Order: sequence, then C-alpha cells, then structure tokens
Amino acid sequence: MADPIDLDHVTSLEREAQSRYAHRALVCSSTACLSAGAAGVRAALESDLEASDRSSDVQVVASGCPGLCSRGPLVRVETRGLEPTLYEHVDDEAASTIAQQHLIEGRERAEVSSIEPSLPFYAKQVKVVLRNAGLIDPDRLEDYVAAGGYRALSNALRTMTPEQVIDEVDASGLRGRGGAGYPTARKWRLLHDAVAAPDQPKYVIANGDEGDPGAYMDRTIMDSDPHLVLEGLSLAAYATGASKGYLYVRAEYPLAIERLERAIRSAKRAKLLGRSVLGSDFAFDVEVRVGAGAFVCGEETALMASIEGRRGLPELRPPYPTERGLWNQPTMINNVETLANIPAIVGDGAAAFAAIGTPESRGTKVFALAGSLENTGLIEVPMGISLREIVFDMGGGIPDGRTFKAAQTGGPSGGCIPEQFLDSPVDYEHLQQLGSMMGSGGLVVMDDSVSMPEVARFYMEFCRDESCGKCAPCRVGTVKMFDFLDRICRGDGRPRDLWHLESLCKTVRATSLCGLGQSAPNPVFSTLDHFRDEYLALLREESLAAPAPAGVVDADSLPTWGDDA
Amino acid sequence: MSLTPPRPGGPRPNVPVILDGEEVLAFDGETILDLARRLGSPIPTLCYLDGLSVHGGCRLCVVEVNGDNRLPLACATPVSSEMDIRTDTSSLRDHRRRVIELLFAEGNHICASCVSSGACELQDLAAENDVDHIHYALEFPRIDVDATHPKYVLDRERCVLCTRCVRVCDEVEGAHVWDIAQRGSQSTLVAELGKPWGDATSCTWCGKCVLVCPTGALSFKGRSTGEMRHDPDVIAFLARLRDEGEWIDREEPAP
Ligand SMILES: Cc1cc2nc3c(=O)[nH]c(=O)nc-3n(C[C@H](O)[C@H](O)[C@H](O)COP(=O)(O)O)c2cc1C
Ligand code: SF4
Ligand code: FES
Repeated sequence: MADPIDLDHVTSLEREAQSRYAHRALVCSSTACLSAGAAGVRAALESDLEASDRSSDVQVVASGCPGLCSRGPLVRVETRGLEPTLYEHVDDEAASTIAQQHLIEGRERAEVSSIEPSLPFYAKQVKVVLRNAGLIDPDRLEDYVAAGGYRALSNALRTMTPEQVIDEVDASGLRGRGGAGYPTARKWRLLHDAVAAPDQPKYVIANGDEGDPGAYMDRTIMDSDPHLVLEGLSLAAYATGASKGYLYVRAEYPLAIERLERAIRSAKRAKLLGRSVLGSDFAFDVEVRVGAGAFVCGEETALMASIEGRRGLPELRPPYPTERGLWNQPTMINNVETLANIPAIVGDGAAAFAAIGTPESRGTKVFALAGSLENTGLIEVPMGISLREIVFDMGGGIPDGRTFKAAQTGGPSGGCIPEQFLDSPVDYEHLQQLGSMMGSGGLVVMDDSVSMPEVARFYMEFCRDESCGKCAPCRVGTVKMFDFLDRICRGDGRPRDLWHLESLCKTVRATSLCGLGQSAPNPVFSTLDHFRDEYLALLREESLAAPAPAGVVDADSLPTWGDDA
Repeated sequence: MSLTPPRPGGPRPNVPVILDGEEVLAFDGETILDLARRLGSPIPTLCYLDGLSVHGGCRLCVVEVNGDNRLPLACATPVSSEMDIRTDTSSLRDHRRRVIELLFAEGNHICASCVSSGACELQDLAAENDVDHIHYALEFPRIDVDATHPKYVLDRERCVLCTRCVRVCDEVEGAHVWDIAQRGSQSTLVAELGKPWGDATSCTWCGKCVLVCPTGALSFKGRSTGEMRHDPDVIAFLARLRDEGEWIDREEPAP
C-alpha cells in the first residue's frame, strides 16, 4: 500500500518545478471564460509557444476564475521578478500577441489591455474562499498543496480532537452561506452528538445545487478550487464523526462535476480520502451525486430524497437531518461556500477569520454581481461592506448614463433594496431588516429602466415553475400570485387584484411547507414596500370611475371577507 | 395516534397544555390533532388520514402555538408541555379559506355534476370554512377521465393531490400502484409510472384508494351524480388490526 502524501515534499517539488519556468500563464478555464473562448486562447498560446523555442520557459495553466467575468477571457501572466499582469478580453489574436511580446520576447507587458490590480473591483476584495481561484490549476492536487492546501486537515488530524475543530469553527462565528445563516458550529455539534444505527455511517453533504437564477458562486468555487471544498468537507466529517460524504452538484455544472470527480480520485490516491486519511484512523469516503436541476432539490430534505433516488420533495421537519437524514441516519448539509471557509478557519485560526466582517456576520461573502453594472462577475467582500461600495466602486456604477434603482439580493427568496438604503451594511441582519436576505449570493443591480412589478413577476414565474407541488398553498398559490402580477404588469389589473395578491402572499408565506413557498412572496412584498407607486400606476382605474350599469354589481364595491392576517 | 378514549387503568393524559384558552391534559406523544379531536375541537384536515403516514401537504390543519408566527401542523406536531395552542383565530380562518379556494380554483370541482356530492370532504371543508365564493380565476383543467379499470374510475380534474390513495396503496395494501408524476402545477396522479389504470397489473382491485379519496376523483364505476360514498375510516381500523398483529398466524413459530 502506498504511503500517504507528504505535503511538504510535494510542495517543494512543485515549487521547484514551477521555478524552472520564467513565466506562468494562467488562462481562466472556468465556465464563463470557457464559453467566451478561453479554450481557443489557451490553444493559441500553446501553439505559438510550440513554434518558438521558448515553450519550456513557460508553464501554461488552465486555471480557475479570477472573478471579473465580464472582461473575459482573462489571462494572468506571472513573470519571475515582476508583478503579475491580468490581461482582459483576450481573443486568439491577443493570445498570440501575449505569447510573442510577453512570453517570447520577454517584454514587461504585451500590447493587450490589462486590468490594474488597483481597480476597486479587486482592491476592495478580501479573499478567503476564493484565495486560490484563478491562481492554481484546479485539476492538479500538487498545485493546491503547494498553495498551502490540506495543511489544515493534516494539522487537525495530528493535533486537534474533533471537539477542538468544532470549537475553532464556533469561535470563528461562521454562519451558513446557503441562505439562512444558521451558525455552522451549532449544526456540527448536533451531528457530532448524534448517534447512527449500529454499522451505519453518519453523513455530511456539500450542497452545490445552487439554483438561484443568476448565481454562480458555488459553481466557481467548485470548478476553480475543488480540493478546497473536499478539504472543508473532510474537516466537517472529522469534526462530526461522519464517515461518508456526498457532493451534491446540479447537472448543469458539468465542469464542476468533472473537476470534483478528478479531485476525489487524486485525493484518494494520495490517501487524503479513504480508510485511513493521511495515515490516521479517520476514515472518510466521498462521492459526487448529480442533481437533475430542480431548484427545490437545494432544500435539504428534498436534496436527501434525491440522493436516495426518490422524488426530490421536501419533507416535514422535525425530525431535522442531524437526527434523521440520509437513509435515516444522522446527516448534516452544508453549503459549498460554507465548507470552503473551513480550511482557512482551521488552518489559520478562528481569530484571523473573525477579524473580518461584523460582530454578527463574520468573514466574507462571495457575490455574483450581475445586471446594470460596468463590471460584473464574482467578488468576495468582507461582511458589512456597504451596498454603495459594491455597486459604485467595485461594480463601477451604472452604464449608459442610467441611474441606480434597486439591488436585488437573495434571488427568488429575497428582495429589492432601493437607493435610500445604499449605505446600509451588507450582512445577514441588515439585509433582512430591509426585506431582503443574504441568500446564496446573487446580487442583481437594476437601473431606472426596470419595472419593479415585472421584477416581481419574473421571480414569481420562477417559483411557480420550480414549485414541487407537494403542498397546496405553494403549488396553486404561486400560479395565482403570478396571474395577478401578470395581469397588473399588462395594465389589466384592478385594485382588488392588488388586494388579493397581498392577502394571498401572506397565506402562502405563512402556510407553505418549505422555504420555497414560504419565501416566494418576498420579492412581491419588498417591491410593494419600496415601489408601491409603480403597482398603483399600472392598475386600471376605470372600473372604479365608471358607474356600473343598472343591475350589475361592481365586484370592487363588495365587502371582502375577514380582516387580513 | 389513537382516537380511542383512554381505557381505565391505561396511561392517563398528563401533559398540561392550553387549547383555545382552556387548560387541558394531553397524552405524552399525542399530536395536536389527536388532542383536539379527542376533546371535540375540530381542526380542518384534508390530506391526513388516521392509519396512514403523515403527508403534510394540504396545510389546512395549521395552528398557532405560543403566538409564534410560524404555524405548525396539527397533524404532525406532538404536543409538549405548556404549549398555548390556538386552532381558530381569524388569521388562521383566513389562511384556511384561501387555501381551500386555491384547491377549488385548481381543479374542476363542479359539485352539481359530481359523483361524490354530498359525501365530499372538499365540499364539507368549503361549507365549514365559509367559502362561498372563489376569488381566484378557475383553471378549468382538461384531463381525460381514466375509466380503463373494470371496477373504478379516476377523474383527475377532481384530484386535490392529497396522496391518500398513494399512501394507502403503498403502506396498507403494499402494492404502490399510485404515485405523483411531474411537479408543481403539473403534478398528476399516475398508475404504474403512467399507464392506464386498467393496464396496471400491480393493482389488486382492493379498492382502498377509492375508499379513502376525499373527493370525486376516485369512484366506483356506475355511480351517478351524488351516489358515491367513500369510507376512509376503515383504514384506521385495518391499521390497528395490523399493528396488533391480527393477521399473524400464531400457530407458525416465529422465523
Ligand atoms: C427552495 C430552496 C432551495 C435551496 N437551495 C439551496 C442551494 O442551492 N444551495 C444551498 O447551499 N442551500 C440551498 N438551500 C438551503 C438548504 O436547505 C440548507 O439550508 C443549506 O444548504 C444549509 O447549508 P448552510 O448551513 O451551510 O447554509 C435551499 C433552500 C430552499 C428552501
Ligand atoms: S412550498 Fe412549494 S416547493 Fe416547498 S413543499 Fe410546498 S409545493 Fe413543494
Ligand atoms: S391535514 Fe395536516 S397538512 Fe393536511
């Protein structure tokens, strides 16, 4: 049996290998840049280098995502003795220019436009989760190890008890990044204290279902740094006594799936997974499970049903998964980004992590910036940063001479934050106070051309189409809420439609079984709170103004039942 | 999960709770629904059926506990000491009425032409909860009737997706002929992954699904308007006999 990996040895070999190259050219090969042509860029670089006699001087790497996706494909060139350069909008021609001027001729910078590191989009970021994204080859374990990877796991196995690992996570103040912000250590403790049936494992699951429209934080973490997620999951398993893990990834993420599977294979070969992790008596095995792309399968009980091969329907809680989960054994579900924070917390200590962010919301949050912004892409910011800084400094403001109207966070479960709250800090508490929520990290900026009732209709259509249908208020209520919104948006709405819409929203929120239905009305509530005038302006008033013909009763004048809940 | 009053000498209710303002004693482990039914305080239910697993889909049995705005299900929540349970506040009534209206809007519940009129739980729910008008546009689904079974008929336009038939067939009869296909508003009851009922060879013709159907979706063939009578309570009886081991052949030594 082969020995477990020697992390220090691998690191020095890798560093030595890398130091033999004068340049390291990292071509972003994450989903956005790939679809913008990054594969061709890498081929162009490689063939130009082949054609010269300098190819042995340059290491071309298919890297993960450096974040500023709207300017992709991105190529980062690290040259010994120089600050790295991040070339933007690199097409095949620009790739040849970079190869010729920078890599072959050895000029400091090729005549291809590049992104200054001082750009606020980058300067304001604090990287914990994305610290390796764009800097390493996600397909090579050695690259991750050389960047400090698996040290946290190895140290924990040698020097910390599971309880100490949990205490460290507790001290960090980490809260779940999957939406609700539940304290991570509390969940870990529940699983730690739970007892499985004889001969049955306890389970940990990384939730990489990421169904919010427009969100791709988790996808990027998985396809840019798969070992980070594996290490986080392994630490979770060690701390809680779980011996089996699943990475649940939606089928729409083929690249993430491929890279995670490769990461698992290389981690197994290196004895970072398996019956005796790094020679210790901690045993942990991981499998990828591919979801079929239903939003509701991100909900933890539906997710477990899906892993078991059943219909992805939410179930009543309690019992909570930590009491009875996968195959009735205690199970814990953590979001991918939550887990990606763990190696830093356990490796560098809770204090360093807790120093970032606000007292109630520690650490960083990754957001997928989208919508009317100069710069869109992925950012990792300290909790508590203001929305204004994100939108105007990092996002570069609103293009085309338009003005800011609202920022939508939390996707179909969240809400729209209007201009007067641009200075509020972005953390769990404040977003909730504003009628929105952190959600998984989608952040869509809307300019003054956007109609807010239409935004509400868009998200309601999404919820309607994604409702699993198990419970009546969500199954039928989302259809009816959508119908009311659609009627209003088409200019056909009557005042009573608005009244019915609001009362139905309250009922669906109060009575739905799972978070999908409970939060489906949120975009309606928040747009009504902040932009009610837009709804009123769309309503048809004739029905009130014109007197009804004799014998016809105007339905609007009839009393409606009940005081509203 | 017992509707039978405590027998003398058996365990006595000893969990103090407040039910609609009155201090009462509940059995340990009893659900809010069992308690309320035992004490004659009605909570509307639709998907719940004594003897089957809890589904929790109709959401009509929501109650208020300790004034919290999270509304637990009476059918799924065990009582615990000192709970202050309200089963009939004005906001609960509003919520229930709207959910019932939604169910009416979803299907074609035209009582005047329905086999089950007069013996329909949806109809009763509407009457008991003051639903005299549907404020939501009716969907008027058009789904063919499945009359391929020699003895029974399935009219999906009247199905409220309570899954009683699915559960009784799986949990009591052990055949699992039924399940729900598709999702959301497309959800639909199917036999054997989508076969006509008459072709479903796993169907034992036991008729339990028809007995437990709360509406006119499942009925005996040949019944005309208002002639169908269901008998859902028989399941609790069967489940009790099963739990008491009534069908175990006591002559045989245990394996
Ligand atoms: C409809 C619905 C969809 C969800 N989708 C996701 C998802 O895509 N990813 C995720 O991590 N959590 C999702 N969640 C939240 C999970 O149920 C769960 O709370 C989360 O994975 C826990 O991880 P955390 O504690 O690390 O945040 C969803 C919840 C609901 C109700
Ligand atoms: S709230 Fe919607 S998604 Fe959740 S269980 Fe009910 S129908 Fe399914
Ligand atoms: S009876 Fe409780 S949810 Fe249907």
